[in-house]
Amino acid sequence: MTGQRGGGDATIFALSSAPGPAGIAVVRASGPDAGDALAATIDGAVPPPRRAAYRAIIDPATGDLLDRGLVLWFPAPASATGEAIAEWHVHGGRAVVGGLLEALGALPGMRPAEAGEFSRRAFLNTKMDLTAIEGLADLVVAETEAQRRQAVRQMDGVLGTLYEEWRHTLIAALAHVEAAFDFSDQELPEGLISSAVATARSVAEAIRAHLDDSHRGERLRDGVLVAVVGPPNAGKSSLVNALARRDVAIVSASPGTTRDVIEVHLDLGGVPVTVADTAGLRDTGDAVEQEGVRRARRRAADADVVLAVFDAVDFDEAAIVEVSDIPAEALVILNKMDLVEQPAAGRVAGRRVLAVSCLTGLGLDQLVTVVAERASACVGEGLGPTRARHRAALATCVDALARLDHVADAELVAEDLRIATQALGRLIGRVDVEDILDVIFAEFCIGK
Amino acid sequence: MKIYDVIVVGGGHAGCEAAAAAARLGAETVLITHRLETIGEMSCNPAIGGVAKGTLVREIDALGGVMGLVADAAGIQFRVLNASKGPAVRGPRAQADRALYKAAMQACLAEQDNLTIMAGAVADLAVDDAGNAAGVVTEDGETVRGGRVIITTGTFLGGLIHIGTEQSPAGRMGEAPEHGLSRRFSAMGFALGRLKTGTPPRLDGTTIDWRGLDVQIGDDVPKPFSYLTAHIRNPQVPCHITHTTEAGHQLIRENLDRAPIYSGAIGGTGPRYCPSIEDKVVRFADRPRHQIFLEPEGLDDDTIYPNGISTSLPRDVQEALLKTIPGLESAVMRRPGYAIEYDFIDPRELRPTLETRRLPGLYLAGQINGTTGYEEAAAQGLVAGLNAARAASGADAFVLDRAEAMIGVMIDDLVTLGTREPYRMFTSRAEYRLNLRPDNADLRLTAKGDAVGSVSAERRRRAKEKSDAIDGARGRLARIRVTPPEAIKHGFAVRQDGQVRSGLYLLGYSSISFDDLKSIWPDLSDIPAAAAEQIEIECHYAPYLARQKSEIEAFRRESALSLPLDLDYASIGGLSAEAREKLSHVRPETLAAAARIPGLTPAALTAVLVYLRAHESDSRRPRVGVAEA
Repeated sequence: MTGQRGGGDATIFALSSAPGPAGIAVVRASGPDAGDALAATIDGAVPPPRRAAYRAIIDPATGDLLDRGLVLWFPAPASATGEAIAEWHVHGGRAVVGGLLEALGALPGMRPAEAGEFSRRAFLNTKMDLTAIEGLADLVVAETEAQRRQAVRQMDGVLGTLYEEWRHTLIAALAHVEAAFDFSDQELPEGLISSAVATARSVAEAIRAHLDDSHRGERLRDGVLVAVVGPPNAGKSSLVNALARRDVAIVSASPGTTRDVIEVHLDLGGVPVTVADTAGLRDTGDAVEQEGVRRARRRAADADVVLAVFDAVDFDEAAIVEVSDIPAEALVILNKMDLVEQPAAGRVAGRRVLAVSCLTGLGLDQLVTVVAERASACVGEGLGPTRARHRAALATCVDALARLDHVADAELVAEDLRIATQALGRLIGRVDVEDILDVIFAEFCIGK
Repeated sequence: MKIYDVIVVGGGHAGCEAAAAAARLGAETVLITHRLETIGEMSCNPAIGGVAKGTLVREIDALGGVMGLVADAAGIQFRVLNASKGPAVRGPRAQADRALYKAAMQACLAEQDNLTIMAGAVADLAVDDAGNAAGVVTEDGETVRGGRVIITTGTFLGGLIHIGTEQSPAGRMGEAPEHGLSRRFSAMGFALGRLKTGTPPRLDGTTIDWRGLDVQIGDDVPKPFSYLTAHIRNPQVPCHITHTTEAGHQLIRENLDRAPIYSGAIGGTGPRYCPSIEDKVVRFADRPRHQIFLEPEGLDDDTIYPNGISTSLPRDVQEALLKTIPGLESAVMRRPGYAIEYDFIDPRELRPTLETRRLPGLYLAGQINGTTGYEEAAAQGLVAGLNAARAASGADAFVLDRAEAMIGVMIDDLVTLGTREPYRMFTSRAEYRLNLRPDNADLRLTAKGDAVGSVSAERRRRAKEKSDAIDGARGRLARIRVTPPEAIKHGFAVRQDGQVRSGLYLLGYSSISFDDLKSIWPDLSDIPAAAAEQIEIECHYAPYLARQKSEIEAFRRESALSLPLDLDYASIGGLSAEAREKLSHVRPETLAAAARIPGLTPAALTAVLVYLRAHESDSRRPRVGVAEA
């Protein structure tokens, strides 16, 4: 249970702004040694609590200047985690951020934070409850407006309301079974247990549908996967770069440069998208490249949207047939349109065709719009479970309800209903036996 | 002057069990009650047990208590409720002869060593200079001295009987209420509440027309409550069933203004599961009739207890109501039904030993704690009696937890959650119900009772024998191995998967019973029936019991985290005002108990836990030289 205690643990640090090159990067440290770490890495005094100060930032081991930037100091417990927190706001270049993280890691008592560790400390120090912490975790990684909306929705309890409705229905079903036990010598309606089982079955179906909801909530958090596939040298990496408007993949004119899958995270029309730039799909003798092709095919199979890129110069329908892994719903992208005279057809081999030139920018706006539409359709408006914890609890609930179809004994029906109700209860609160008794006494005339 | 170890006030079900338990443990015990002849009185319905309540009786018996033996001596119709349902929800129940019950209880107490029985009315508590209980003061001004006092005064605290618009202070029909103690409890700052309960009129059985009424008879073979009772010797008698009619409902509706619960004369909260007939008619207006069980009060007593028409309507309305009920048209009412309001003490004042937090040495048991029912009262009496005796000898507390006994569930509910209505035991209150069954109370509890000296040598020997027989039977069934073709040959529908199955595995099928196995392997016939029953249930519930086992382990881990009684919840950061108020009020003794307080969020529990850990580390860790490993 490391990291579970509220105090006394190592001081943790991490880059807390988004990774990748950026104007400003924020590095944060939390824990008892945060103040010492701040003092050691700046030239000048630690600023007063919660006041930003401009300081030279140095590597304490060498005394070298790393950068100049703003630093902040939050003494415990009035901080986001309840522990002492230090923050460095530096220029977002890789060298600066890497240098600062390396310098912090070399200080005594400091270690890099595990995923979610800041939030966990905040929770253990009662700075937030479990639902809030889950919502916050999503908020922190929210790269887009759509993600922010979902994070807010979860905190407001839209999911909570849904789970609560199911729980109430199951509590009523359980109450009917319990009434049949505790008041068996009284005049109760017939078929209490069989109708309870029928009710439970309909809840199980609703939960299953919710769980099968194409993992939409998870997609919203992790991003819709767009795979870029196609024959070598069709300009796949150029397309990815054009989409990202920055150099992320190795682009060269020799076929087979991209030997592995390179991913870039984008915001397309408010939807987070992960674009996977894959190795060219071709038969090859190079073992390393073969592995890259294998990975590309697997990634394409996982993808929500597939962009099949071809060189417009030597493109014909047969090329699509040759590359047998291109799925039927893929978008066909004809690149290098600046090199050909005639306009491309609207559809080829049943697939929609978009003509672009990564060199001139021709057709890229339309491509972004179409990809964004498809990504948006994948996310949809549905509210899927956003966390593995939710999925696990819902699965426990469904499993228990599924057993009702095989259980012959009434007291085991009650037991499975109890397990199902508690699984939901753990997501949103606790099951109180009084809830069950309330239903019994409200619905039946009990008492001799 | 004599100084007792334990003083028990009250001779009802809680008082009798408390006195017997304390005396069994060797404590010099005195039981003080108004009238010796009412010791063991069944003030309400003439029956013991039922679903969950029958399990309580079995648990009391397994711990060496007296209720099961007394009920067996008095039972005149034994029936296992829910016999067709699973073993965890079965309810042993018996109609009891009131006179036989009282006589058996009084005989039982008379035989008990270390127990003195004294007639007297207790007016006050004696408290020593250190603020501990030191005895009781009778109405005559005499002080009975003793360091542990158990109050079991039932409905007598501030009792007020209502019959229509008539009101009379009373603890039970014809018996004076208790005011001195009530005043003393108020003066000491105990949180008092007011509850209500009711009872139906009593009828002259010779004036009932029994023809045409449904008859309900007991089980062919009466099954005793006590693990020590071999046979039920009393003759068994039937009950009859009739019902109210629309004419009666109309009569009640017309007279609601004279019913104290509707006229506003009664302020106390009544039990929802035992509503008065006027309540039923109002709340379930669409029901054309309500069932009435006509229960005999005794073999030599022709009084009939019409279970189902508890009422506080005026006498004349009660008499008119009877005339609308089939079979009761000419019935003579021997005593009217009535409602009684009484004071109870918020059980959150108590520790799991039933000792009050406010006055060390003072214990409370039974209806005074807001419960209803003879069985609930007796179970608390037992726990209070055992703890008072142990405290008197300097021994540690005797507490049953929620995973080992229905008694543990009840007491934990009471001291953690309190109650808003008279508390009755239901099996649904137990999260580990599949294990807390009436059939295995001896296996769960007798060894535990033996460890504190509460059970006789005979009981210990029988429980040990049963447990050994079960172990032996389990081993023999495990050694039976059948291949699928063999199983099919024996008539068992198992899959042809090549898997060799044991006898235990076969019993896991709901379609296969121990008797089926016995018919194939006749040498299993020497396994005692009680052991076979346990194995059968164990195998049948196996996957569920295994799941519960891990839940129980988690529960016990939380139970092991004790919360200091003087914990300053106001100083815990991150607690909402509501959580702080609830925790300060309940003062749960463990984290598991805190988790059951309604409305306490996981975040609040975490806050408490984090605070405690920080607190622990403050006191355990050196202040200097702390380095990260």
